[in-house]
Amino acid sequence: MARLTINGETRDIDVDPETPLLWVLREQAGLTGTKFGCGIAQCGACTVHIDGVATRSCALPVSAVEPSQQIVTIEGLSEDGSHPVQQAWLALDVPQCGYCQAGMIMAAAALLNSTPKPSDDDISAEITNICRCGTYNRVRAAIKLAAETASASQKG
Amino acid sequence: MNVAILSRRKFLIGTAATAGGLSLGFHVPFVTQAQESVLPEVNAWVLIRPDDTVVIRIARSEMGQGTLTGLAQLVAEELECDWSKVTTEYPTPGDSLRRNRIWGNFSTGGSRGIRESHEYVRQGGAAARLLLVAAAASLWKVPADECSAANSVITHASSGRAVTYGAVASLSAQMPLPANITLKTPQEWKIAGKPLPRLDTRDKLIGKQIYGVDLTLPGMLNASIKACPVFGGKVVSFDAAAISGMAGVRKVVQVDETAVAVVADTWWQAHFALNALPIVWDEGPNTNVTSETIASMLQEGLDAENAVVGAAIGDARAALGGDAKVVTATYSFPYQAHATMEPMNATARYTSDKCEVWVPTQNGETSLAAAAEASGLPIEQCEVYKLHLGGGFGRRGNYQEYVRQAVRLAKEFPGSPVKLIWSREEDMLHGAYHPVTQCRFRAALDASGNVAALHMRISGQSILWPLRAEVRETGRDPAVFQGLNDGGTEGAFGYTIPNLLIDHAMRNPPVPPGFWRGVNLNQNALYVECFIDELAHEAGIDPLEFRRKLLIDHPMHLAVLEAVAERVGWEKPAGNGIHRGLAQIMGFGSYVAAAAEVSVTNGQLKIHRIVAATDPGHIVNPAQAERQVEGSFVYGLSACLYGECTINGGRVEQENFDTYEVMRMDQMPAVETILMPSGDFWGGVGEPTIAVAGPAVLNAVFAATGKRIRQLPLKNNSLGV
Repeated sequence: MARLTINGETRDIDVDPETPLLWVLREQAGLTGTKFGCGIAQCGACTVHIDGVATRSCALPVSAVEPSQQIVTIEGLSEDGSHPVQQAWLALDVPQCGYCQAGMIMAAAALLNSTPKPSDDDISAEITNICRCGTYNRVRAAIKLAAETASASQKG
Repeated sequence: MNVAILSRRKFLIGTAATAGGLSLGFHVPFVTQAQESVLPEVNAWVLIRPDDTVVIRIARSEMGQGTLTGLAQLVAEELECDWSKVTTEYPTPGDSLRRNRIWGNFSTGGSRGIRESHEYVRQGGAAARLLLVAAAASLWKVPADECSAANSVITHASSGRAVTYGAVASLSAQMPLPANITLKTPQEWKIAGKPLPRLDTRDKLIGKQIYGVDLTLPGMLNASIKACPVFGGKVVSFDAAAISGMAGVRKVVQVDETAVAVVADTWWQAHFALNALPIVWDEGPNTNVTSETIASMLQEGLDAENAVVGAAIGDARAALGGDAKVVTATYSFPYQAHATMEPMNATARYTSDKCEVWVPTQNGETSLAAAAEASGLPIEQCEVYKLHLGGGFGRRGNYQEYVRQAVRLAKEFPGSPVKLIWSREEDMLHGAYHPVTQCRFRAALDASGNVAALHMRISGQSILWPLRAEVRETGRDPAVFQGLNDGGTEGAFGYTIPNLLIDHAMRNPPVPPGFWRGVNLNQNALYVECFIDELAHEAGIDPLEFRRKLLIDHPMHLAVLEAVAERVGWEKPAGNGIHRGLAQIMGFGSYVAAAAEVSVTNGQLKIHRIVAATDPGHIVNPAQAERQVEGSFVYGLSACLYGECTINGGRVEQENFDTYEVMRMDQMPAVETILMPSGDFWGGVGEPTIAVAGPAVLNAVFAATGKRIRQLPLKNNSLGV
């Protein structure tokens, strides 16, 4: 049994404690927005936030997550897609196949939390998710747009 | 994209709907509310609800390339509907079969989605508009040609009457089919040809887009599979008892001669148990196969007497004899994995009289055929529901083994859906790999630096060999010569050389080959464009000027090259430490070129800037075309810089992204795209540019270092001093 706080809701889930968090989210919690890509924390498709930190959930046993820790998935990033990162992604029409994009968005949102005005080098260093369709330049542009929007709305 | 299945069935016309075994009672749990209401079908392509929302049916598959939006734009253009009310859905391959393939080809590959269906989808939209107008005219009792349609509203100007499409949609289906359909010219387009946002973006930003791996059905079981990692190997035995007590495990199934799967309540349980399952393999006849033995096999083909001729002009062999100055170089291109972000998967449900499959597929019809084959049921009793693809790149078209596997697993649990997801390791070990080839050039340069003769010998693998009997009988695979054809509209060789011989010695190692985004154009362009650069250097002529002379008979090839050269500033000095390279090719019916700016510092390559130009004749959505061109550099440069499946012991050595490197954000150069559609023809967009990515960069690397990279990938070569 694992007690987890997912998108603000505390849930008791009957699962083997060694099960990776990714599969608990997808199969027990029914949150399939977080994707399986590699299983070894290489590609980033499974990125979620744990206490605000971008975390690759595919190689993290659920037992390593405390009940008090806040897990946020793409479904919980905002209620209606209104997070500045999602809005920037929409404005620039970033996704192609879209499979990696939930992980990209979660990684980007965490980056902007810790570094509100990331430089190109910050983005290159922190966004190491794999995209095979080739959205990297639009991901970069959308992160910058989200940073501008967030800072403008804070000033306003 | 709706994943509606039930509701549209209600409106199948004629005998189609009476065929046995249709799952009229079936509900996909995530069907949205609207599909349960009446959806009047105007014709096969267009359904319009009373609230004027339009559902456009698209037979080709969306895998990121934007074809869903582009094809919908073409239908909507002729339909004259309100674009803001457009959604799309996939017709099923089973429905298509029952309706005499009314939606045409489902195959989504070869950059053909738009270029091969633009005409009939536009006709579908135009016919729907005429039916709607006819319905309004009959209501008003006026001649149809006095009515006009625009933005989902039909107007009878002289009486001032107007009605929306939704109000006459039901009636329109009863109107006689229009006899004459005149399509608009692209100059008249208002929706097509415009850089509209994709229709499928929003769901992808909030985790709601359902991919194959995300499907959940009531009572669904989950499976993970392991096939013998050695090509040609088989299962000898496995110890099911060793894992039968593990949590969630339902059954251990030998799926076929080569593979074992565990079926469990959840996928993780299945996969965890599978990894603990003792399996004894018969590794078969290929355990001594390595990358080195394959390279030797291909090397022999470079000198073989027997070869199939792809293009022959003049007498290249004679012209290369005597005292001509001969330049020689040998290139090679390794196996590549598709590495779609979403691993292969399929979900199947089998009963004694029905087999249903849910699958992200590039070709719903080959999926349907695979379902029929594996289920043993007549194809009329099988159905395929297409789901969104997390990448395709050619892997999900011809080879539907995951469908056959899922169906075989479902047969073990009649009535229960079984979802099979391959692990990343399974995905990389059992690909349909970009084939291996080697290429040897011999060229004669005359005293003025003209290419008097060129012999290009390709040795290596045929993608069509396992697929087509005539290829196996003749040893001739026409696809090997992609981009090297003597004329034609698909991929004409651009260089005029008086004595030219391009031939192929087929050598097929026991590693399954497949269509891989860009296919054979990739290595052919890389070989030709790098070697042309070598010849320019040997002749002491600027690479652009050298190509200008050779492209004298092919102005459209030259036009895209000139465009990138001008934009990159070829005639002006590059920045400090920056070096440039060029490449051009024609493929998939389009003309493409790239220019690269790179620097090499302490042996480290940095790609600063790419300029790409493409002329695909017509462009249906410039914003999506731009994304395809830009993305081509990620796929093409990943292959050029890192991509390599090495073979040892008859198996692929790379099992995951830790050893199969691909390009990430920090290596991505800026890409400037020049779209220059010249009209009069329809070329593809999704693939051709991949082919110029590698050679433009490699030619720039030569300019920077004086080193010719002839054995791919680049990572195996030192760029240091």
